[in-house]
Amino acid sequence: MTDKNRRGFIGKAFGAVAGVGAVASLYAMKKSWDPLPSVKAAGFTTLDMSGYKGNELITEKWRGKPVFVLKYTPEMVASLNDEQKKRVLKIGSDTYMIVLGLCTHLGCIPGYNPAEKAFLCACHGGTYDVTGNVTKAPPPRGLDIPPFKIVGNTIVLGEEGEEYKKLLADGITLSV
Amino acid sequence: MAHFTKATSLHDWLNQRLAIDAVRRVMATEYWIPKDINFLWAMGMVLAITFAFLLVSGIFLLMYYQPNVKTAFDSVNYTIMTEVDFGWLWRHVHGVAASVVFLVIYIHMFTGIYYGSYKKGREMIWLSGMLLFVTFSAEAFSGYMLPWGQMSYWAGMVITNIFSLGDLHLNGLVEWIRGDYVPAQAFLNRFFMLHVLLLPLAIMGLIGLHFATLRIPHVNNQEGEEFDFEAEAEKYKKGDKKGSKVIAFANDFMSKDMFVVSIYLIFFFYLVFFHYDFAMDPVNFDPADGLKTPTHIYPEWYFLWSYEILRPFSTNIGLMAFGFAQVIYMLLPFLDRSPNAVPAHKRGAFKIWFWLLLINMIVLTAMGKMPPEGIFSTIGFFAALSFIGLWIALPIITKAERKL
Ligand code: HEM
Ligand code: FES
Repeated sequence: MTDKNRRGFIGKAFGAVAGVGAVASLYAMKKSWDPLPSVKAAGFTTLDMSGYKGNELITEKWRGKPVFVLKYTPEMVASLNDEQKKRVLKIGSDTYMIVLGLCTHLGCIPGYNPAEKAFLCACHGGTYDVTGNVTKAPPPRGLDIPPFKIVGNTIVLGEEGEEYKKLLADGITLSV
Repeated sequence: MAHFTKATSLHDWLNQRLAIDAVRRVMATEYWIPKDINFLWAMGMVLAITFAFLLVSGIFLLMYYQPNVKTAFDSVNYTIMTEVDFGWLWRHVHGVAASVVFLVIYIHMFTGIYYGSYKKGREMIWLSGMLLFVTFSAEAFSGYMLPWGQMSYWAGMVITNIFSLGDLHLNGLVEWIRGDYVPAQAFLNRFFMLHVLLLPLAIMGLIGLHFATLRIPHVNNQEGEEFDFEAEAEKYKKGDKKGSKVIAFANDFMSKDMFVVSIYLIFFFYLVFFHYDFAMDPVNFDPADGLKTPTHIYPEWYFLWSYEILRPFSTNIGLMAFGFAQVIYMLLPFLDRSPNAVPAHKRGAFKIWFWLLLINMIVLTAMGKMPPEGIFSTIGFFAALSFIGLWIALPIITKAERKL
């Protein structure tokens, strides 16, 4: 081999080793930024549904995020249209809205106005109706419904029950 | 082996080993600056000095700051502010410098735009400057997370959510950036790392690059005049200092630069001692609470203009407009199609464009601070549209410009 070829070969050999090393370290770096298993594992909240009062918004906590629980009064149930009925949950004999309390625009917590039965997000002025459907942009979609499973008169957040899977399949909510 | 002789002095000893005379000549006594410039050309030095203040005050804050969600807030607001002797000084210097540095960056940028200092061989100066702007923005944002107050938390939530990119719904990416479902310990820790190590390192590297890009084209001058630096430097060295169009960087130009810096520092320390509150958001004196959004979330003043471009539109369009605003200044040297690299006042339509852009930025900034309601929403919406319109118009009006 000529000198030039030998240098060329050494250069390519180094390039190959360095390339493998670079890809491997990028992979390690990516994985080091991942959420820890302990963060992933802590993730179930059980709510006892007997204590809620009609038209009173209660904020619960699941995975560090606020979850809105709103029990509807019989008048509120009567005023729901078909579109709205798709988003509400029946637990026992009562009807509830259970949604993530984070605006689907950029994640502020919208405020509930019990008189107007509507939500306003103060950050960029988005609004939602009493079931969490968007009524004014910028939010691109209604408030997301967290994964849930209904067990008797309690609800487990973080587990995917039949009702939740149906909502997902029907495109009523996105997975969060 | 290289040949060394017995040194006649410490200077000679060093000179034989490090060639300090040659370095001094290349970097200072024979680095040439045009005479026809004004105080606006001192802004680069003002920025360098402000960065030094950030570094020194940051090092002292780092001695007591604790990057832990349980203790961060108190380590700043209690330990540093009330227990550490002069802790308040470092914090106020750091906070005021972080805010004022952006004011000076904007002045520095708009000076460059006005005098056409991004064209004809100066494109790399502009690009490296814009990289500094982006890195400084990331530095300021990551620093804002550290006191872990309400604004830290909610700004962190809103800004990281931008990476879900609207309907692309990339929640996994957002959680990856945060290291959790919401901003929490992993988030605070990694932004702490970025703020005190990785980004300052990048900034120092970029400052070096920025200086290097100035070397060959040299700085511009008030008339955009092109002249032969070598020939002018020869005149200067021969003793015709009056007839030469240049002066040496040090000590001649440096002394003027430092005079401007002195005036700036008087203003700076006036703010540090008497008006530091403008750089400290009152909402951030409440500890972070993931279950309570402040009634009105807004970023620090220097991000308001781009925030206002995001805000009036629906999510996807807002994100596109925001992305546009982030990159468009980078492209300035390529969007300006005119052959003239002269000050705006000699360039007809471009002069009007320059002032409209400046006014537009101020209006966007003012509206960004207002609640997103009624008349403010409307003005903000039209200002955001005008911003985009102005940049689309730029290649057209500059293409039409006559060659001078
Ligand atoms: C590019 C320059 C820098 C900018 C724009 C910047 C910006 C900021 C901002 C906006 C804050 C929050 C201010 C406050 O609430 O007090 C902050 C805090 C902090 N910065 Fe920086 N910073 C810079 C450089 C540095 C450097 C170089 C260090 C250390 C090596 C540092 C260390 C800290 C620490 C420890 C805090 C938390 C204490 C506190 O909040 O008062 N910073 N920075
Ligand atoms: S975060 Fe709610 S409207 Fe933007």
